Amino acid sequence: MITVTDKTIQDINAKIADGSVHVVTAEEMPDIVAELGPVGAAKEIDIVTTGTFGAMCSSGAFLNFGHSDPPIKMQKVWLNDVEAYAGLAAIDAYIGATQLSESRGMEYGGAHVIEDLVAGKSIDIHATAYGTDCYPRKVLDTTVTIDDLNQATMFNPRNGYQKYNVATNCTDRTLYTYMGTLLPDCGNVTYSGAGVLSPMYNDPTYQTIGVGSRIFLCGGQGYVTGQGTQHDPDNNFATMMVQGDLKQMDKKYLRGATFHGYGTSLYVGIGIPIPILNADIAKATAVTDADITTNVLDYGVARRSRPILRQVTYEELKSGMIDINGREITTSPMSSFHDARAIAGELKDWIQKGTFYPTLPVERLPNTGVVFKPMKQIGEQPTVADVMAKRVITIQQGLTVENAAKVIMEGNFNHLPVVSDEDRLVGIITAWDIAKAVAKNKRDKLDDIMTRTVVTADASEPIDIVARRLEQHNISALPVVDKHSRVSGIITSDDISKLVARR
Amino acid sequence: MKITLHATPDITPRPLIAEVILETRALLNIDRADVKPKGGEVVIDVPPDIYDQVAVAFEKRGATITALEQPLIKDDDECVNCGACISVCPTGVISFREDWSVQMDLDKCVQCGACVTMCPHGALTVLKS
Repeated sequence: MITVTDKTIQDINAKIADGSVHVVTAEEMPDIVAELGPVGAAKEIDIVTTGTFGAMCSSGAFLNFGHSDPPIKMQKVWLNDVEAYAGLAAIDAYIGATQLSESRGMEYGGAHVIEDLVAGKSIDIHATAYGTDCYPRKVLDTTVTIDDLNQATMFNPRNGYQKYNVATNCTDRTLYTYMGTLLPDCGNVTYSGAGVLSPMYNDPTYQTIGVGSRIFLCGGQGYVTGQGTQHDPDNNFATMMVQGDLKQMDKKYLRGATFHGYGTSLYVGIGIPIPILNADIAKATAVTDADITTNVLDYGVARRSRPILRQVTYEELKSGMIDINGREITTSPMSSFHDARAIAGELKDWIQKGTFYPTLPVERLPNTGVVFKPMKQIGEQPTVADVMAKRVITIQQGLTVENAAKVIMEGNFNHLPVVSDEDRLVGIITAWDIAKAVAKNKRDKLDDIMTRTVVTADASEPIDIVARRLEQHNISALPVVDKHSRVSGIITSDDISKLVARR
Repeated sequence: MKITLHATPDITPRPLIAEVILETRALLNIDRADVKPKGGEVVIDVPPDIYDQVAVAFEKRGATITALEQPLIKDDDECVNCGACISVCPTGVISFREDWSVQMDLDKCVQCGACVTMCPHGALTVLKS
């Protein structure tokens, strides 16, 4: 329905040209809509600017190095020892944010290379090739700065999540994740996203955000080039693909990052102007932190579907504390609201000064019907039940070290679960524990030398999860227990190695 | 105020802190304690009014103490004010100002280093005394 308040993008851009445009940030808009109503606000306001600044792992850049003499068709290329993908023609490469340095590991990755390029630093290039008649060179070493490159184009397949899940950890050990360090026993909560300033939440049906929308991208002017990968509009997990000229960008809005124990990522600054063409769009930009709900997930469960502990709004998250199972837990953002605000402010400034003109998309992003499917996997994932030894010998609590030694000797194995009178697992003893006990002359009670905190497995768990558990605890076997702590089997690193060897 | 107490291995087995508390009646609060082969290092919160007495009491028992000044350094060029560090700090050193920039109440810092590991931008450093 066309009403008197409807504007065209041409009307708005004409106002930018003559300096009469009225721009506010998405933080200012809720009050304006509350006061004037959507129709009044649409009449009054021409553009609402949004902003977000956070870790966006699915980011990278296409670089073109120019031809060397003699020329090389780079088959593999490394930038400051971080491998970039060179399977595109001869001297194009794509450096991805999360690729790690081969010498420095997690402390430096593709994201840091991109930051260093933008900061004007010199980058070491090493390339190898197989050599052809037209590209005879096989090895190349040089250094470049961003000015030496022909094109340096940021191209990010998935950026600017509309909202994101909130992370906590219900296990009893610290986890190192892409949501930061998660303390044991739900010791902290981390979240990401700009809430009230979230670009896609301010235009939740993507009327003005789509292919060809001009945006603020890391301090330069870039474009939305399509729906992002994993775009999931029906669950308000929309994403966008973006592109921009790295040479225009500013280190202030583009930062390499390392999540301890996880790897590298790129903090990307995105600001999107929402042209207020009508009352519906004005109304949508009145969204507040209290209106945006997301889920708190237990990252302690390393599966595709993590348990949802509760729902929470961005308003609650930003208060600094949320309640989980009756306890007040400290929250911290992984994205910078301070800098999201700076981006929305800078974009507002550009528009007011007439250096940035918004565009309408040539094609809108799908706002429904796109499903983020799980991976198609062939073959059954082996579980603990498939690999474990089902006939497991246990020993009764209260017996002696000598008794245990005899059982281990006769059975020719290393790990002996200790069970109570009710047949519940209460400890574990290894051949090594027995050797130690004998050396220290502690041959009496088994209970004195057994390990009481036993790391266990569940029969239905995938092997990969159990293999990682063995590795983390630096042990070589796990008793498999049911929900009543009864031992139904034992799985050893040997069993897992044999399975891997068969694959 | 916070001090770091250094005790050499020969005096580490003594209940030094208990002795000093009994002698001075100061309400000492132990923030962090490390006992290693080369001796013990304990960060203690001391009420400022009784600091001189506490210092003398420790020193006469052979321990050395240093005041904990600027225990944590933030590189403002690297910090993006995300606040990731806030939720891992055990003593509530870090918080947001009204404008969502990060502020630190260094009097509360016990130099545990949790924030240093959490910071995605390598902006934090703990100075070991």
